[in-house]
Amino acid sequence: MSSQARLAVDIGGTFTDVAIEATTGEDQVQRWTAKVLTTPHAPELGVLEGVRVVLARAGLQPSDITLLIHGTTLATNALIERKGAPTALLTTEGFRDVLALGNESRYDQYDLNIELPQPLVPRRWRLPVTERLDNTGQVLVKLDEEAVRAWIPFMKAEGVQSLAIGFIHGFVNPVHERRAAEIIRAEWPELPISLSCEVSPEMREWERFSTTVANAYVQPLMASYLARLEAGLRSGGMTCPLFLMLSGGGLTTIETASRFPIRLVESGPAGGAIFSAHVAKQRGWGKVLSFDMGGTTAKVCLIDDFAPQASRTFEVARVGRFRKGSGLPLRIPVIEMVEIGAGGGSLAHLDSMGRIQVGPESAGADPGPACYGRGGTKPAVTDANLTLGRYDAAAFAGGSLALNTQAAEAALVEHVGKGLGLEAGMAALGVVEMVDENMANAARVHAIESAKSYEGRAIIAFGGGGPVHGYRVAEKIGVKKLLVPSGAGVGSAIGFLRAPVGYEVVKSLYTRFASFDVAGVNALLAAMSAEASKVVAEGSFGAATVEHRIGYMRYVGQGHEIAVALPVRPLVEADIAAIRAAYDAEYTRFYDRPVPGSDVEVLSFAVTVATVVEDVEPAAEVAAAPAPKPIRSQQVRDTATGVVATWQVYDRTQMAPGAEVPGPCIIAEDETSTLVGPGWTCRMDGLGYLELTRGDA
Amino acid sequence: MSGALEKIQRQIQWNRLIAVVEEQAQTMIRTAFSTTVREAGDLSAGVFDLEGRMMAQAVTGTPGHVNSMAEAVGHFLKKFPAHTMKPGDHYITNDPWLATGHLHDLTVVSPAFRNGKIVGLFANTAHIIDIGGLGMGPEGRSVFEEGLYIPIVKCFEAGQPNDTFFDFIRAGSRTPVELEGDIYSLCACNDAGAKRLVEMMDEYRMESLDDLAAFIFDSSMSATKAEIAKLPQSVVWRGEIRSDGYEAPVTLQAAMRAEGGEIVVDFAGTSGLSTRGINVPPAYCRAYACFGLKCVIAPEIPNNWASLLPFRMEIPEGCILNAPRPYPVSVRHVIGQLIPDLMMGCLAQAIPDRVNAEGSSALWNPPLRGGSQVSGQAAEVEDFEIITFNSGGTGARPTKDGLDGIAFPSGVRTMPVEATENVAPVIFWRKELRPDSAGPGKTRGGFGQIMEIGAKKDAEFAVNAIFDRVANPPKGRFGGGEGAGGWVGLDDANGTVLRTKGFQVIPKGRHLVLKLPGGGGMGDPKQRDPALVARDVADGLVSLAEAKRVYGQG
Repeated sequence: MSSQARLAVDIGGTFTDVAIEATTGEDQVQRWTAKVLTTPHAPELGVLEGVRVVLARAGLQPSDITLLIHGTTLATNALIERKGAPTALLTTEGFRDVLALGNESRYDQYDLNIELPQPLVPRRWRLPVTERLDNTGQVLVKLDEEAVRAWIPFMKAEGVQSLAIGFIHGFVNPVHERRAAEIIRAEWPELPISLSCEVSPEMREWERFSTTVANAYVQPLMASYLARLEAGLRSGGMTCPLFLMLSGGGLTTIETASRFPIRLVESGPAGGAIFSAHVAKQRGWGKVLSFDMGGTTAKVCLIDDFAPQASRTFEVARVGRFRKGSGLPLRIPVIEMVEIGAGGGSLAHLDSMGRIQVGPESAGADPGPACYGRGGTKPAVTDANLTLGRYDAAAFAGGSLALNTQAAEAALVEHVGKGLGLEAGMAALGVVEMVDENMANAARVHAIESAKSYEGRAIIAFGGGGPVHGYRVAEKIGVKKLLVPSGAGVGSAIGFLRAPVGYEVVKSLYTRFASFDVAGVNALLAAMSAEASKVVAEGSFGAATVEHRIGYMRYVGQGHEIAVALPVRPLVEADIAAIRAAYDAEYTRFYDRPVPGSDVEVLSFAVTVATVVEDVEPAAEVAAAPAPKPIRSQQVRDTATGVVATWQVYDRTQMAPGAEVPGPCIIAEDETSTLVGPGWTCRMDGLGYLELTRGDA
Repeated sequence: MSGALEKIQRQIQWNRLIAVVEEQAQTMIRTAFSTTVREAGDLSAGVFDLEGRMMAQAVTGTPGHVNSMAEAVGHFLKKFPAHTMKPGDHYITNDPWLATGHLHDLTVVSPAFRNGKIVGLFANTAHIIDIGGLGMGPEGRSVFEEGLYIPIVKCFEAGQPNDTFFDFIRAGSRTPVELEGDIYSLCACNDAGAKRLVEMMDEYRMESLDDLAAFIFDSSMSATKAEIAKLPQSVVWRGEIRSDGYEAPVTLQAAMRAEGGEIVVDFAGTSGLSTRGINVPPAYCRAYACFGLKCVIAPEIPNNWASLLPFRMEIPEGCILNAPRPYPVSVRHVIGQLIPDLMMGCLAQAIPDRVNAEGSSALWNPPLRGGSQVSGQAAEVEDFEIITFNSGGTGARPTKDGLDGIAFPSGVRTMPVEATENVAPVIFWRKELRPDSAGPGKTRGGFGQIMEIGAKKDAEFAVNAIFDRVANPPKGRFGGGEGAGGWVGLDDANGTVLRTKGFQVIPKGRHLVLKLPGGGGMGDPKQRDPALVARDVADGLVSLAEAKRVYGQG
């Protein structure tokens, strides 16, 4: 059978999104989607329900599905809500407090009442044993095997259900970690054990132990959930392979996911980034900024050459208002993005200086923004958008929720307008300008932190709020092109369908260019390549794969590495100069000034093996089509000038490819509205996406 | 309506300015060479108007530079008035009295130009790893021994490096490549800030920063004054804190009052100058005094010229907090970082429910040196010079325990042991919390740490000790007990005690042992929630004997 039907499921905090894409004989792709409520007590039930609904819509049987891809925030939620397994940490004597001490700093200098994230393992379960390696992996003190054994009865008595093992320099030489695991397994085979040398084999003990412990903490829960889900799908007649979405943007098997569930934490947002990358590829845009604004947060991600930017550091379960440094550090492959507390539900107030502050507190779904009329009295961003005239109170969310404009205005006046002497309209303008500014600033700082520029990029906007706020954020960072794809409401799930089966292995090996250890690096890269290929082979069914190798390097003495691509073959001496030249070129591109006379050091290497992603045909040019007729008009206040003017409203479904409408106007659809600001033009491209351009761009 | 729009736009511009200086600071962290900047975050960045008044400061950074860097820009302008500056110029100094208090801090000021006209100034400060001289430590008897002294000069002129300047710099440091790289980084980050500032001015068609500056200063000043007005007025609150000092104990005294919209602190009664490098230049004293006041009274108000102005310090001549040139000042943080505790000691009399107990406060950074600079030709390991940034416990808080092994008031971070062991031939044998070190109370202090450090092969090495709160442990408040005092010594059978300050050799086969102080407690320990005491006992942080003795439990 030449037809394919692939199904994606994304479990989010509120909704579980499901999408099917089916290819029929004539290479026609059809898509069906569904949204059902998430069932937190037993998430597989929501998944099964969503699958049932979407299959019915598509008129397909479970056995018609050829591939199922799943992403979930379950692991993240378990970490945020502290609902994982009672976990112990076996560690080097003298270092039982690595998790508590962290980097000995406060993420907020001025808050005397600061809360730091508590370690997932309490001190009484952080169990020291005598052993010590040096930085080259040499044994300084032998492992005290009796001491390892002696902790077993204690752990059993305390009700420990999962164990992490992390020794100082254990990633350089895993001999002690593996031996300790062996000793415990011999006496207690059913105890799940996570080793730091396997979960996160990289230098920096706090980050490595934190990652290993987090893996151990969610492992029993995730393994049991995945087993239940698989059983449920199979008993419902699903026979296809099942893959899990990884936070780094690849797919993996249930078996690997059950061993390293920490790699699933950011899978939903990763799907969103892949969605953007695919859209960028469809348009042939090499540099884009992915902008996903939902109900409580906005996520910004820079995408170069159709690949989301990879990172190895991430923080989960932040306790300090999304503040950097207030979460548990994880060192796993993730898609680099910044997430800030700015969404439609974000609440506005004035601080002690009369400055408008928006978020991160959110109205959530209950009571929701004031205009929902469910008892909310504080103004949310949605209230401000409504007051500006951006939404039709009667037609919001496809008319399913009538909005109360008076309640929105009253909340804005009470909490923002009064203190500044502004009436509701200008107070609303202030709130929206501030949230747009916050998102633009997040993009700016994110760009500098990832050593990239945002100039000259196009924005791809999705999520409920992305198409509403996109054009103004674009103006603030000087971007002149914005794209609103179709299917934006279930972007993450669609992104899952575009992800390759892939796996990334990262390992530390220190070497300097002046004395480059060619043999050592080649041996390491070969081993990493074999490891990644083995994981991918479990799920690729012989599909062609592609391998990427990266070295993370910096000038000797610097603190932040730049990723430089390496040839995918054994290195020879002649490569060294070329790699060094590539590093200098990259550095100069980001920071203008190269540093004369400095050697370069390599800290770690990454090898990614992934199935080849099908080529995307660039969108065909479409001939101009007649503009649609407006379905109504609204009085809208422009946030740049404060001017109130009549904006035409068009129905997206009535717009044909090639049709063009001038701003200011609004393109309405069920899940969201695309705002086309003054000075912008909106054209529907051959894919049915809305392309906004500003001025002479 | 345009008035309303302007009002909102000025808020947006203020917000943007704070993002601009944050971008400036992040650029520095990403490009700096010194571990002190990139790992520890010992830096500061800000934007100034043409009168040298700070308009915004990056959130990232450490309080020691607050308003000492802000004052510095005025000194630059005295020597190089704004109208003489050219695009591509960068000015630099490390003068402890014109900038941030010791030679290890470099301050760079750069003009920002728009359409050929100077519109503002960017400044930043960073703690670099080596500036020659004796190295980071208290042993100098004058600033001339403490390293290379850079007066305010141009390091770049119209975009061209000043070769003579860089020749001197390279010749004067043990780490010439890092030092030169750091100076490039400081200039690059000011340029990054200037670029963004000009973009904002273009977007809002701003001809100058004057209106925005006036708005920021008015809002900040009136908000700060409003907070000060909530305090009891014209009552004098007195505080005292003691440091171990170098050659003799040091007493810091303060008399504080709120009146006329200001808080005035008089440091009369404070000990005189030391002959060693623990003296504090006045700008650094003002910086930490201001920080201590601000984080209690007005933590939400961003730092700028106006929000710092209502805090006025009277520091008598001849006292250790007003060291004149050329007194040695290299490790001024040892005394200076006690000042926030002193401020809170005063405020405890006015607003007892908003201050902390005393903490370990002064950083416990062990500067370690080994190889031939210590052992000569008998050296068994390669030459090394490193410093890590470590902290004891912070003071108990009115409703929460203190923090365990966390820097306060300093804003620095420490680096991983694995990374340190990769850059120098040292082994950290132990680095964990120190049981029974937290000052007891209804809320207890934070626990200190125990660190045990040796060289590879157990070779000889040296520590240039700069530790405090050994003989004078952090005090509790309102019935809370003292935190445990610090301890510096060897791992031998006798528990040989070392001096808390100064250069000392750790003999072959021995380790350096540091026991970092715990924070003071707050309130009667007998009123502490028994479940919390039981948790600390189960965690092995409070011994059964201690639980019984001070908490009456177990």
